Amino acid sequence: MLLIHCPYCEDTLPELEFTYAGEAHIARPADPSALSDEEWRDYLFIRTNARGPHYERWRHVGCGRFFNALRDTVSDRFLMTYKAGLPRPPLPQETVE
Amino acid sequence: MSRYRIMGKGRVDHSAPVSFTFDGKTYKGLRGDTVASALLANGVHLMGRSFKYHRPRGAVTAGSEEPNALIGTSRGAGRFEPNTRATVQELRAGLVTESQNKWPNLSFDLGAINDRAYMLFSAGFYYKTFMWPKSFWDKVYEPVIRGAAGLGKSPTEPDPDRYASRYLHTDVLVVGAGPAGIAAALAAAQSGADVTLVDENPEMGGSLLSDPAVQIDGKPAWDWVEAQLGRLRAAGVRLMTRTTAIGYYHQNMVGLCQRLTDHLDNPPKGAPRERMWRVRAGQVVLAQGALEKPLVFDGNDRPGVMLAGAAQTYLHKFGVRVGDNPAVVTSHDSAWYAAFDLADHGARIAAIIDTRDAVRPDLLEAARKRGIKVLASHTVTTTTGRSRVKSVRAALVRGDTVGAGHDIACDCLLMSGGWTPSLHLFSHTKGSLAWDGQTFLPDRKTEDCEIAGAGRGLWGYQPVLADGAAAGLRALAGLGRAGHDACFTVGNDRPGTGVTHTELPTDGNAGKARAFIDFQNDVTAKDIRLAVREGMRSIEHVKRYTTNGMATDQGKMSNINGLMIAADALGKAPPQVGLTTFRPPYTPTSFGAFCGYLRGETFQLTRKTPIDPWAEANGAVFEPVAQWRRAWYFPKPGEDMHAAVLRECKATRASLGIFDASTLGKIEVAGPDAVEFMNRIYTNPWTKLAPGRCRYGLLLGEDGFIRDDGVIGRLSPDLFHVTTTTGGAARVLTMMEDYLQTEWPDLDVWLTSTTEQWATVALNGPNALTMLKPLVQGVDWDDFPHMSCGECTVAGLPARLFRLSFTGEIGFEVNVPARHGLALWTALMEAGKPYDICPYGTETMHVLRAEKGYIIVGQDTDGTVTPADAGLDWAVCKAKKDFVGKRSLSRPDIVAKGRKQLVGLLTEDGSLLQEGAQIVLDPDQPKPMRMVGHVTSSYQSTMGHPIAMAVIEGGFDKMGETVFVPMPDGVRKARITSTVFYDPEGLRLKA
Repeated sequence: MLLIHCPYCEDTLPELEFTYAGEAHIARPADPSALSDEEWRDYLFIRTNARGPHYERWRHVGCGRFFNALRDTVSDRFLMTYKAGLPRPPLPQETVE
Repeated sequence: MSRYRIMGKGRVDHSAPVSFTFDGKTYKGLRGDTVASALLANGVHLMGRSFKYHRPRGAVTAGSEEPNALIGTSRGAGRFEPNTRATVQELRAGLVTESQNKWPNLSFDLGAINDRAYMLFSAGFYYKTFMWPKSFWDKVYEPVIRGAAGLGKSPTEPDPDRYASRYLHTDVLVVGAGPAGIAAALAAAQSGADVTLVDENPEMGGSLLSDPAVQIDGKPAWDWVEAQLGRLRAAGVRLMTRTTAIGYYHQNMVGLCQRLTDHLDNPPKGAPRERMWRVRAGQVVLAQGALEKPLVFDGNDRPGVMLAGAAQTYLHKFGVRVGDNPAVVTSHDSAWYAAFDLADHGARIAAIIDTRDAVRPDLLEAARKRGIKVLASHTVTTTTGRSRVKSVRAALVRGDTVGAGHDIACDCLLMSGGWTPSLHLFSHTKGSLAWDGQTFLPDRKTEDCEIAGAGRGLWGYQPVLADGAAAGLRALAGLGRAGHDACFTVGNDRPGTGVTHTELPTDGNAGKARAFIDFQNDVTAKDIRLAVREGMRSIEHVKRYTTNGMATDQGKMSNINGLMIAADALGKAPPQVGLTTFRPPYTPTSFGAFCGYLRGETFQLTRKTPIDPWAEANGAVFEPVAQWRRAWYFPKPGEDMHAAVLRECKATRASLGIFDASTLGKIEVAGPDAVEFMNRIYTNPWTKLAPGRCRYGLLLGEDGFIRDDGVIGRLSPDLFHVTTTTGGAARVLTMMEDYLQTEWPDLDVWLTSTTEQWATVALNGPNALTMLKPLVQGVDWDDFPHMSCGECTVAGLPARLFRLSFTGEIGFEVNVPARHGLALWTALMEAGKPYDICPYGTETMHVLRAEKGYIIVGQDTDGTVTPADAGLDWAVCKAKKDFVGKRSLSRPDIVAKGRKQLVGLLTEDGSLLQEGAQIVLDPDQPKPMRMVGHVTSSYQSTMGHPIAMAVIEGGFDKMGETVFVPMPDGVRKARITSTVFYDPEGLRLKA
């Protein structure tokens, strides 16, 4: 069972307290009506499906907050977590192949 | 005294005899015995039949890796357990055991015909033999195979035992309390760190318990172990025996299964049988040791053929001589010591057969002193004996030539093919392995762990002890602590090396050799070679084709032998072929231990409404809805469900019904931007909804499909009282929070779940208003039409009153603080007496809403239904620039023709359709038929005939047309109608 750091509670807690919430840094378009069908399809369904470091969203059920995380999908390790709304941080050096 | 027990020898209590039964016969063992050691002391080697060929089998090990000696144990009603390893099950008074896979009995088993027909049962046999005719699979082959297969019998009664569950945080967890583990724990404990040492056996000491002549720091091995365990205890180290580390998970979480009562004559009443520990360790030291490998030769599975190390353990731990006249065949030095120990305790060693050309001179000398015949450079080509080995045939090997064999009489055969480091837990962490020419060793780590001793390929007590201490210090360093190095002086050490073989060379027909690799799944060397010949290249394919390593022992003894032979057949080096994946649990673990407390009433919480006690006292039949238990219907004496529901429906339509709607999800949306938030989340327009009015709200996903619905009241300009479906409450709140937190953090809105804060009572029927009016204060009835809401008092209780209808009748929902729920219900029941008020349950609620065509999200919709598909276009505000899901409503597939649309169905013959039944346009078309939709709701109604709703392709354009519904008892003809069956003009709401 993973231990996950909630950036709002500033506490590292068991996976059981968290739920996965999809890929991160996919902002809802400001004006969806301006998007073509293909652009809207991409927003809805097209995801990175990364092998390795993956920017994703989690929710801490305890405090109710959504936050972002960088997790390696091969090792299932959390490399970092950070608050929602913060810019996408660069990949840590050691994880870049 | 049992025939093979050595007086005073071993760690068993010779003054404490224990009786038990095996296959109905009573035997005597000693306190401290396992079932296997007690049977061996009585000269019983035949303990079971093998899985596929039903060959007679005996214990081949003395530990948890045992593949053969699987027995059923019984501890009274509901406490039968199949596949217990006789080598692990401790003896206790009155233990009842039985052998498995035999009929009619163990010594004469009809299933053994499979053994004579072994040529038919080769690798992939099932895949090849039962291919045709296809129709035979379901009716003939599978039932017969299922009947004959399976290990042991499944228990048939619920398990009456309790199982416990605990968490533990520790600085250092040491797995395995042999010499390496004890040394590691000693090193780790000196700094004051919190240390936990676990071992799967009843006693700590590991291999030292089987090597009492070894001296450590001047003390005999057993005294040394005792002294060190005392030191560990004094240092506060947590010592846990009968505790198996079953799995090693992320971030140093290790699962431990602790067996608490199976060894006790009289377990304390209510004591848990097993306890699952979830341990989070700062550092883990794996000191699991190594498992001995069998040699692979014809007849290596006969009862009496066992691992040399096991014989040594039976001798020293249990005082049992496994035979009077053992022969030994080995490719490793360790078996020589087993032979010497047995010789020194009265056994006459028939011969030591070593596959190697050169044997250590000191071993040869020790054998010569004892008068033991030694055959070096020899192979073993076969054995004889049916239920017990009688002889072994040895032959000289020169290069590739196997000389003439000669038979050596024996009453047991001790074998050793060397030792395999126990890599299971390390492999659970995805740690990588490296091939050292003989076996795999742990290589790159992924967790904060150390591997010590024989578990990383070391042999001999001196290096193993030093390695354990070093691992303990490294674990300390990992915690940022330091300790002193330890030094151990070992006397009478038993160093050793060996070589790894494929199957042993033979002068016989290799194709006929019954040389077993996986004893439990009856996989032979020939099967592996056949799998490779038939095209299996990956070791994972070889494993699945032959089932090698797939039995309950997970290939603890067979993996490396299988790999060596597969690699040889493929002409590749073993590391290029690779090892199959080890998965938890390390040894078979009871379901009870995994469940812990989560069974029966504590499996999942049951949510009850404040009105639940009244429903229970008044004979409600309940149904589970999400986690709630809800009153389903209230039968009167003599009524079945149908009669009760029909009565409840009619009473509500005729006068007045009362319904506990407290489970409805409730969310308060408050704040200056509340209305903007509502506009963005729901499809409907909210800006112009005046305070004191409510509206049906429809919630979509961003994909345009219906997610939830409910009536929403605006209590003030900045406060909305949102209701959701019972099952959707948490989901809807999470979705709202997601948008508020991450997409629109600029909105000044607060979201609060109030589901459990309000008790909600629905009143429906033509007399609802008349009955309610006198109880309400604070409502202006001249301005409280259908779809109004407001704060007031009802029966003197503070309330939020909604005027709405889910039945088509005049309706109200009265919300009061949950603590007043029961008082409100009681007051309304009393006030409703003059109107024959009728409590109704969820089934009546469903019927009444279906008569009006009101949908249930999740029943009439399934996640692929748009508002237009459900006929709810009217609830979508096209004028709004944006809301969640709006853009998707114009996607090509959503506006395409032929989507399934929600319609009503009436059967021609007036019969009831099954919910979920598929719908076709032509019942005479060939199968498989083209299905155009399915029935979503179907009920007996108050109108004298059943009604149904269905989603049907292009349904809106098919009004009045006939469709067909094939059901198990025949095809029904049905007419497509509107979904509104009752009062389509809505006159009753205005009455």
